[in-house]
Amino acid sequence: MRIALTVALALGMSGVAQADGLGDAEKGAKVFTQCKGCHQVGEGAETRIGPHLNGVFGRAAGSLEDVRYSPSMKRMGSDGMVWDAATLDAYIENPRALVSKTRMSFRGIKDAQERSDLLAYLRIYSDNPADIPEAEPTALGTDHDIDPAILAIQGDPEYGEYLASECKTCHQSSGANDGIPSITLWPTEDFVVAMHAYKRKLRPHPVMQMISGRLNDEEIAALAAYFKDLEE
Amino acid sequence: MKKLRLWPHILRTSRNEATLWEENTMKLNRRIFLGTSAAAAASLAAPMSFAAGHGKPHVVVVGGGAGGATAARYIAKDSKGEVAVTLIEPTRQYYTCFFSNLYLGGFKEMDDLGHSYGGLAAGGVNVVHDWATGVDREAKTVALAGGGSVSYDKLILSPGIDFVDGAVEGWDLSAQNAMPHAYKGGSQTELLKAQLMAMPEGGTFAMVAPPNPYRCPPGPYERVSMVAHYLKANNPTAKIIVADPKPKFSKMALFQEGWAENYGGMIDWIGEDFGGGNVSVDPAAMTVSIDGEVTKVDVCNVIPAMKAGRIAELAGVTDGNWAPVNAADMSTKADADVYVLGDAAQQGDMPKSGYSANSQAKVCANAVRGALTGSKVFPAKFSNTCWSLIDTDNGVKVGATYEATDEKIAKVDGFISATGEAAELRKATYEESEGWYAGITADMFGA
Ligand SMILES: Cc1cc2nc3c(=O)[nH]c(=O)nc-3n(C[C@H](O)[C@H](O)[C@H](O)COP(=O)(O)OP(=O)(O)OC[C@H]3O[C@@H](n4cnc5c(N)ncnc54)[C@H](O)[C@@H]3O)c2cc1C
Ligand code: HEC
Ligand code: HEC
Repeated sequence: MRIALTVALALGMSGVAQADGLGDAEKGAKVFTQCKGCHQVGEGAETRIGPHLNGVFGRAAGSLEDVRYSPSMKRMGSDGMVWDAATLDAYIENPRALVSKTRMSFRGIKDAQERSDLLAYLRIYSDNPADIPEAEPTALGTDHDIDPAILAIQGDPEYGEYLASECKTCHQSSGANDGIPSITLWPTEDFVVAMHAYKRKLRPHPVMQMISGRLNDEEIAALAAYFKDLEE
Repeated sequence: MKKLRLWPHILRTSRNEATLWEENTMKLNRRIFLGTSAAAAASLAAPMSFAAGHGKPHVVVVGGGAGGATAARYIAKDSKGEVAVTLIEPTRQYYTCFFSNLYLGGFKEMDDLGHSYGGLAAGGVNVVHDWATGVDREAKTVALAGGGSVSYDKLILSPGIDFVDGAVEGWDLSAQNAMPHAYKGGSQTELLKAQLMAMPEGGTFAMVAPPNPYRCPPGPYERVSMVAHYLKANNPTAKIIVADPKPKFSKMALFQEGWAENYGGMIDWIGEDFGGGNVSVDPAAMTVSIDGEVTKVDVCNVIPAMKAGRIAELAGVTDGNWAPVNAADMSTKADADVYVLGDAAQQGDMPKSGYSANSQAKVCANAVRGALTGSKVFPAKFSNTCWSLIDTDNGVKVGATYEATDEKIAKVDGFISATGEAAELRKATYEESEGWYAGITADMFGA
């Protein structure tokens, strides 16, 4: 009840309602119960297990003082990832696919409408909603869901091995991380989703955006198939 | 031929044997090596033969640097014993040029830059520590300085660079102790560092920068940054003068921003417009003349114009200073069984870098293995990224992807760091470059 009231008030004040293509904030308030065990939002919200989510739209990832973020979340922030409709949507859908070793142990919300409603709700608590940076309109909503057909592609490991030679200039086949993360022994789905997150520029890193940008779906599948078993 | 046999004992004495060889052969090589005709090679072949035997196809790789070590390792690894691979490389320890500027700046030790060939040998590569002194393309043999020759089915040359004679007036290789180039790894880098450390208070460090094309386009400017970093801490009233024959250079805006912010008033870059290309040096007097104005300097780093490592020329696969290659597999335009990788190749749009050489080597390895064993040959994909360190935790990068067209290796897409980036990002970029160094050296040497 109290939440519903706050929502109504906030909507009234900001007047942005659903003009931005996000979902229904009132429904979103219910979805937020899944987050509440760890996050607070609204007046007086504090950081608990997870960082507070006031002003999260437009905030750089991993940027609150006094929060012990994972190194991966910090890295995303310094690479330039800012929370907006597209990045939040991707993170909530599959946290690990966007931020590989995130400390947020939450499996994600697969339903696009639920995510959209949730974002509409969270957005109320971001300062000055009119100035909130939006993703490209085309990236809004659900169109970055990875098509199950893409996830189902069986990669050709021999082609993967050849393609992987490009990666090994930076990612060591031993799995060692001396400043560039390890990509060996990943479950194929995580690998594929992460590569597509770079390709679609949800993940911010320019080298990886460029590298993934010219790989097609079969090639990404081939790489995933090769790296999943690579052990030296 | 007798003279050839004298060399090995000289060659194994110092880190930078390449340079010694140059000194010793400068006068000789035309006469002797161009004379490595079929007949001469045949007579050499008698005492020592590395021909693979067992009917296995044999690949010979000359030069165990970024291109050659990678190619040898990948062919041996991926062919799983079906192809015999011999690597000819005179030095026992390869000192990378990449990160050598960080050594000048005090961020790395010399030992961090050295890599042995043990991992390649363990991976099935027959490593021969010797110089290739000539190639007979008709007989398909490579002559060795230590005597004997090696026959090949496919020959891969990745000899790096040599300097163009007479490129900087007053300088030749005999002056490299007074005025080091430090553009090949090892002892030259150490010499330049020693001279930097010995500079008198308030002294002058001069650099003569090279004209295009040359190895590592941002290299001279990263070096200026690292020298400035060292001087700022140890000799803050010292000055750096750079005479440059080019009007602009790689990552120029990033370097100039970094120089202004971190080393204000220390670096005087004199580009082409101000006579930076009109330079002569006097190694005995330790003076540099720039556009007619003579300056006495304490250190002078002369980086002359470059050309393909001499063996490419001796093999007859160069046209002018470089060896033109086909983009799809790095085979030379002159000979389908001879491939050239890395700095020595004239391939199109890729910069001459360790990363590029490593990338080209993998495409070449895939094609060579396919040609010899019938394994699947996949389309060529190339990429490059060059990181540079401007100051502590202040890294920048530039990179691109490339594809093979009929005409050349052509750029597809690229990126570059922006000016005014946050300190966090610059730090992450530097850390990433450390990751890359560990990655590429593991990829080259297999350990
Ligand atoms: C200061 C500096 C900084 C640099 N920084 C970077 C960087 O940050 N990133 C990057 O990607 N690149 C960098 N580079 C460039 C990089 O070092 C070269 O582009 C790369 O080494 C080229 O590889 P290569 O195989 O063509 O030649 P090299 O790596 O030079 O290898 C050539 C090898 O061939 C051997 N050889 C030569 N002639 C013969 C012969 N006749 N017989 C047998 N062996 C022979 C030599 O001993 C040598 O080991 C830098 C270079 C310099 C000078
Ligand atoms: C089990 C606890 C938990 C749950 C449940 C949870 N989170 Fe998180 N969340 C975290 C932690 C911990 C972090 C910090 C992650 C890191 O550093 O990698 C985080 C980080 C975040 C961030 C990034 C914040 C920043 O400052 O960069 C957002 C956004 C976020 N969570 C949203 C949500 C939403 C929305 C939900 C519900 C759908 C949710 N989280 C559910 C624990 C949780
Ligand atoms: C030039 C160096 C370089 C090359 C080449 C490269 N990567 Fe990366 N890769 C990186 C860096 C740096 C990161 C960390 C990026 C970030 O902060 O998001 C990364 C991150 C990744 C990640 C996510 C890792 C994580 O923990 O989040 C995957 C997956 C990945 N790369 C796969 C690949 C594949 C596959 C290739 C080859 C097709 C490749 N990379 C080539 C540098 C490189």
